[in-house]
Amino acid sequence: MKPALFTYHRPGTLPDALALMAEHRGGARVLAGGQSLMPLMAMRMTRPEQLVDINRIDELKGIRDTGDTLTIGALTRYSEILRAPLIADSLPLLSEAIRHVAHHAIRNRGTIGGSLALADPSAETPATCLALCARIVARSSAGEREISVDAFFEGLMSTALAEDEILVAVRIPKRPAKVPHAFLEFARRKGDYAQAGIILAPSHGGVAENRAVVFGIGSTARRSAALEGAMTNGLSAEAKAALQQEVTAIIDDDEGAAYKLPIVMTLAERAMGRLKP
Amino acid sequence: MSGPSFDEPEVTIELTVNGATVTRRVSTRRHLSDFLRDDLGLTGTHIGCEHGVCGACTVRYDGEIARSCLILAAQTDGSTVETVEGLSDSGEIEALQQAFLARNALQCGFCTPGMLVTAADLLRSVPKPSRDEVRDAISANYCRCTGYHAIVDAIMAASEKLAVKS
Ligand SMILES: Cc1cc2nc3c(=O)[nH]c(=O)nc-3n(C[C@H](O)[C@H](O)[C@H](O)COP(=O)(O)OP(=O)(O)OC[C@H]3O[C@@H](n4cnc5c(N)ncnc54)[C@H](O)[C@@H]3O)c2cc1C
Ligand code: FES
Ligand code: FES
Repeated sequence: MKPALFTYHRPGTLPDALALMAEHRGGARVLAGGQSLMPLMAMRMTRPEQLVDINRIDELKGIRDTGDTLTIGALTRYSEILRAPLIADSLPLLSEAIRHVAHHAIRNRGTIGGSLALADPSAETPATCLALCARIVARSSAGEREISVDAFFEGLMSTALAEDEILVAVRIPKRPAKVPHAFLEFARRKGDYAQAGIILAPSHGGVAENRAVVFGIGSTARRSAALEGAMTNGLSAEAKAALQQEVTAIIDDDEGAAYKLPIVMTLAERAMGRLKP
Repeated sequence: MSGPSFDEPEVTIELTVNGATVTRRVSTRRHLSDFLRDDLGLTGTHIGCEHGVCGACTVRYDGEIARSCLILAAQTDGSTVETVEGLSDSGEIEALQQAFLARNALQCGFCTPGMLVTAADLLRSVPKPSRDEVRDAISANYCRCTGYHAIVDAIMAASEKLAVKS
């Protein structure tokens, strides 16, 4: 299993990388941690002609305290996020989620930006950024823009990023450790992608609304209005019926709806239980 | 005759492998596992799946364990790679090697280099791990022979031996 031929670029600065993306519009792919792109290339599921390796671009790395938010550079690796005191203090939900991502050797390389750009419906990080009301910062040679996470995931492995854009950072409202949350997933083995998962992030000073996310089913992680209502009013029989209806509408029969629906319902009950003081 | 060009794009890399500086020209699509095995003759790094799931190709890359099948040789310019050969020659994994032998923690041995590199990484950060922590650490390394039990035993035994020493 070897990738097809490609030209390799290793720009040292973001403007150089953006110039390459503009020049080869559509033909160039960003290489971040390579933990998904390398397998996809080895299996020839993708064959970029130009590979733009962003691993040496320092301005894409690191976590910064930006007032009410934390700004996490796209190239920040899972392992760094797990070690960072800023994340432990201000975004404990994110570290709890990332502990479920793959294994140590993979987390040493995989990046938050790569995971968001890939937009796998079973991945923990995109779903958690959706629950945390994140904003995605994207840049092209024409300039920078911020995209609300609510408009970022467009479908199966597809996002609002344009062909010549690089995801540079994600900005997430701080969420004090004392504010409750719930992260629950079911995976067949530790470190595997989730069969299904539920994240509950009740409103707090920084985010005025309850946010609930269901992931691992359908084409992308999605907010659940039924669960968001239940976070205020309790998981009544009506709320359960509404959740069941939501899930049934998005679940694909190929995924084994009969198998996954009970998992979601069970996770929902457990997750609601976690929010109780 | 005209047709598609199959010229392999190449780059020159210079990196440190097991303490020695090496300079080579490599094709851009060559991954680090093939580079170590075929260009440098370091065949201790094994290739099982070539897509990140089996762990046989685990090396230390700039000080942290990583899958060498998911890193391009072209990317490694200026970096430091340690393979099972390097860790063996330096004596760092001697206690682990002895324990694997004593506990029959290998049969065919295919997974063993990746297991040793992964276990050495665990013992560096958690010198006295619990069995659960050992299982967690090796959960991304597949072994098709031993059933894992003997491997966990061996890593526990090595950690106890190292604890007595230090
Ligand atoms: C064995 C194994 C198990 C795994 N298990 C899990 C799991 O349980 N849960 C999980 O969530 N993930 C899992 N992963 C995937 C892992 O999380 C990847 O690291 C992640 O999906 C992609 O991040 P990356 O930095 O490696 O990106 P890459 O693989 O380098 O890139 C992924 C895609 O994003 C694009 N891209 C990357 N960075 C940018 C950027 N800054 N701007 C624009 N485009 C960009 C690339 O062009 C590519 O299309 C697993 C991987 C392996 C090998
Ligand atoms: S060969 Fe690299 S993980 Fe299997
Ligand atoms: S000893 Fe054969 S695969 Fe582990």
